Amino acid sequence: MTVVAIIAFSLLAVAAVLAVARLMRPGTLPDRLLGLDLLVLISVAALGTHVVWTGSGEFLDVLVVAALLGFVGTVFIAGLIQDRPR
Amino acid sequence: MSVTDVLAAVLLLVGTGLFVVAAIGLHRFTDLYGRMHAATKPATLGLLLVLAAAALRVDSADDVGKLALIGFFQLATAPVAAHLLGRSAYRGRVPIDVTAGIDDLGTLERDSSGVGDDAS
Repeated sequence: MTVVAIIAFSLLAVAAVLAVARLMRPGTLPDRLLGLDLLVLISVAALGTHVVWTGSGEFLDVLVVAALLGFVGTVFIAGLIQDRPR
Repeated sequence: MSVTDVLAAVLLLVGTGLFVVAAIGLHRFTDLYGRMHAATKPATLGLLLVLAAAALRVDSADDVGKLALIGFFQLATAPVAAHLLGRSAYRGRVPIDVTAGIDDLGTLERDSSGVGDDAS
């Protein structure tokens, strides 16, 4: 099970690096917001793989909160950048 | 490794692989609206698969309930977040790559202005 977890974590690491690379590339502000939203989802999935690896449910509350915070953050910033000229 | 462990491992690997697909999609699409497809759909499905894998491995029932709750929240909130993001990007004049897709809302507004809720 640890080998599977190592593979899963490395896949998530590759996805996280690509998402951060998205922030670096030239693009509009919403592009960066997408990268950050994906980063939050990747961190939630990393917690999920930890739960799968250890089989213990103590981190599940963190997962619930993290999933919701990602959403609230994206919605809040999307509201902020609505009227700003690009 | 019992059967459920193997199934959980497969679900986990497919789920995390979908996250890599989502991250690659962020770079491959040409404009923001195409990238939104990549950032929301595979990521949500990947998360659901990881949560399903966790549900197979976790022992107590209320943990499975929490996992179902997270899955439901994600399914409920991801479309809303993407919609709001796209709406604020469109209102902020983020350019649309016309080779990728036509601007339906633009043609709608030009033909009969005043159709949108606050189309000035």
